[in-house]
Amino acid sequence: MKVQVNGEELVLDKPVNIKELLVLAKAEQPDYVTVQKNGQFVERDKFEETVVSEGDTIEFLYFMGGGSR
Amino acid sequence: MSLSNEQLERYSRHIILKQVGGKGQEKILSGKVLVIGTGGLGAPAAMYLAAAGVGTIGLVDFDVVDLSNLQRQIIHQSQDVGKAKVDSGRETIAAMNPDVKVYTYNELVTAANIKDIIRDQEYDFILDGTDNFPAKFLINDACVMLRKPFSHAGIIRFQGQTMTYVPDAGPCYRCVFREPPPKDAVPTCRQAGVLGVMGGILGTLQATEALKYILGVGELLTGYLLTYDALSMTFRKVKLPRSGDCAVCGEHPSITQLFDYEKPTCEFGK
Ligand SMILES: [Zn+2]
Repeated sequence: MKVQVNGEELVLDKPVNIKELLVLAKAEQPDYVTVQKNGQFVERDKFEETVVSEGDTIEFLYFMGGGSR
Repeated sequence: MSLSNEQLERYSRHIILKQVGGKGQEKILSGKVLVIGTGGLGAPAAMYLAAAGVGTIGLVDFDVVDLSNLQRQIIHQSQDVGKAKVDSGRETIAAMNPDVKVYTYNELVTAANIKDIIRDQEYDFILDGTDNFPAKFLINDACVMLRKPFSHAGIIRFQGQTMTYVPDAGPCYRCVFREPPPKDAVPTCRQAGVLGVMGGILGTLQATEALKYILGVGELLTGYLLTYDALSMTFRKVKLPRSGDCAVCGEHPSITQLFDYEKPTCEFGK
């Protein structure tokens, strides 16, 4: 099964939930990442119950500070 | 306002653009942009805004120029080390373009002063060039409450991101990132490093958004997060939904007063 994660194709051998996907896709800062599934935000407390299926588009949005000092 | 002969020449490459013209250049000269943080992002942003002829530029920073800043904060030069960043920034802009009036605020933005700073010259557009999440959330909340458009950006290592908030037109920063990560949970440039040019790329994107907003041309990064990865040389524009339940811009906001996530401290001699 194929999904898109941050614009790149990821092949999964079985359906996974968001929490598992964060590990499989090697998300940085998994505790603070904002997740979007098919254009909608997935709340952190829904990570385990939200299953990723064939063709889904997932975005991990990371905190980026930086700038001044 | 009518343009002088010197202005017609100085801004000739703008004026020749059909999206700008003489009228647009006059809009830029009447434009007022507040740049919060005159570091990696704010330095190049302020310089391009000044060169473009933005008539009023506010600079906010409480820090002094450090030798380690000069690798990317191009508004400051070697002889400015030890000088207040806002003074160094004002001098650079004054040498670049006499059409620009610079207002400086040598202070840390806090819940207590940010509204007054934004209202001081009734800035049209705010550019967030700060380096920390408490300030980024504060700027977001203040801009939502005062109904001011602003540009967010962040840089780290070889990566950057930016989005533009416009009242009623799209999501705010808090719609995407609900609250700041715990202190030190997410690395800063000081801890993780940053390629100097990242501020130039993201800061000039922010300046572009400010100019487009002033001119009323094109499409802003409203409802999108633009991410940039310098190592793979990839830009991605991720569409963002608006959160109806956002704590500050949602239908029933729970944040109606500004507050500071951290007690403001001045880290002198860090
Ligand atoms: Zn919001």
